[in-house]
Amino acid sequence: MTLRRTPLYATHRRLGARLVEFAGYEMPVQYSSIIAEHKAVRDAAGLFDVSHMGQIRLEGPAAIAAAERLLTRPVASLRPGRVRYALLCNEAGGVVDDVTVYRLAEDALFLCVNAANVEKDYRWCVRHSPPEAGVRDTSEQTGLLALQGPASAPVLAGVGAAGAADLARYAFARIEVAGCPALVSRTGYTGSDGFEIYLDAGDAERVFQALLAQGEPLGLEPAGLGARDTLRLEAALPLYGHEIDDTTSPFEAGLGRFVKLDAGGFIGAEAIARRRDAGSTRTLVGFVVEGRGVARSGYEVVRGDVVVGKVTSGTPSPSLGKCIGLAYVSPDCAAIGTGLEVRIRGRTTPVRVVATPFVPAAPGPTGRVQR
Amino acid sequence: MADYEIPDDLRYSEEDEWARLEDDCVVFGITDYAQQQLGDIVFVELPQVGDRFAKGDAFGVVESVKAVSDVYAPISGEVVSVNEDLADRPELVNADCYGSGWLCIIRPGDEAELESLLDAKAYRIYVEERSEPDQ
Repeated sequence: MTLRRTPLYATHRRLGARLVEFAGYEMPVQYSSIIAEHKAVRDAAGLFDVSHMGQIRLEGPAAIAAAERLLTRPVASLRPGRVRYALLCNEAGGVVDDVTVYRLAEDALFLCVNAANVEKDYRWCVRHSPPEAGVRDTSEQTGLLALQGPASAPVLAGVGAAGAADLARYAFARIEVAGCPALVSRTGYTGSDGFEIYLDAGDAERVFQALLAQGEPLGLEPAGLGARDTLRLEAALPLYGHEIDDTTSPFEAGLGRFVKLDAGGFIGAEAIARRRDAGSTRTLVGFVVEGRGVARSGYEVVRGDVVVGKVTSGTPSPSLGKCIGLAYVSPDCAAIGTGLEVRIRGRTTPVRVVATPFVPAAPGPTGRVQR
Repeated sequence: MADYEIPDDLRYSEEDEWARLEDDCVVFGITDYAQQQLGDIVFVELPQVGDRFAKGDAFGVVESVKAVSDVYAPISGEVVSVNEDLADRPELVNADCYGSGWLCIIRPGDEAELESLLDAKAYRIYVEERSEPDQ
């Protein structure tokens, strides 16, 4: 199978990135070092090409009603210019995908979806929407950059997008970036302040280069999927295919606050409520490794001789200097402070259940911590 | 293509380890190509002094942020020393893979096995074969 490439493929090669397959795309996993790129985001800024992510647009007289039916949170109350994190769920209450919803206008919005799920999500939206909802997959013509870290706003100001600094967390606006029309939102997947910049695919290279040149004196580095993963894990943000999938319910994944059950009416609402009330056999927890080694995805969690769960994601945390992870464990092992063990290559190493996020979210532009 | 340091005076395995004969023992570690492929190394698990291995046995682990990689014995023999510094400073393997980032010293069971390893020229070809950009 031929791997797909984003508009920035040649740029990644030129910057010496190490490329790996991800969701059918050939993507940069790192340019210099995952740890250096991670720290650049926490201390200054990192620039990510996330053009592999998908965009599904709903536009027309039935668009908002269709979105209300598809998504676990209300859309009618989302004002144009605002973003909301929500889930697409199936009839059994499993998660089809986790998405950000951008309200473009009274009768238009788009969903930014995981790269691995674009086709699945598009088919799902079409199947559950009338033609008047105008569902379209606009992924191919869209380039997407994530500029993340405390220096992001000054970097944008330097390329003619000073207006970005005025955006509240989870707000967006149409702003020119390096002379190119863009939709800029104050969102991200790192736990640091930052922006996501939607562009015409043909402008992605020019804007990427401009941000790189502007940001490098401020400590900005191009950053790959490796740092993206360590950053999101420190913030305890779920990754589709690891913490959530078609079988996990939002409540067992700790995403209950993104499900508005009393509004009802969306696909999966009844099953989600039923599963919540019945209680789950597993719950997602954060842990820190107290022994040696990296507890990685798929490793067993044990207490004594009994397997009590499985790691969904694990990594060394560059910010904390120790290893962290997320795991599904049986509910009686989920209390903060519980001591458990993870089997790493036949040996067990002690871990402890801790509160998440592992690294506190950066204050938003208003100084308040927001999500 | 990325540039990989491949010293002329070392021998190499197809699992990307280097080996150097010192007195009657063999010092070895992982190559520059291997450490660049792995990225930031965060954990090194080594055998114990006195452990015996056959050529090709997995006898240690090098972990980077993203990946776990087995280390294989390039020749048969008995472990006579391991690099204790790596327990606290695994990043030495990135910084100086042919020097302070060495992994183990083995007393060879069969010195002739050293001759079966690749020389620098053959190893360079082997590396380039795998890093050729596919257009």
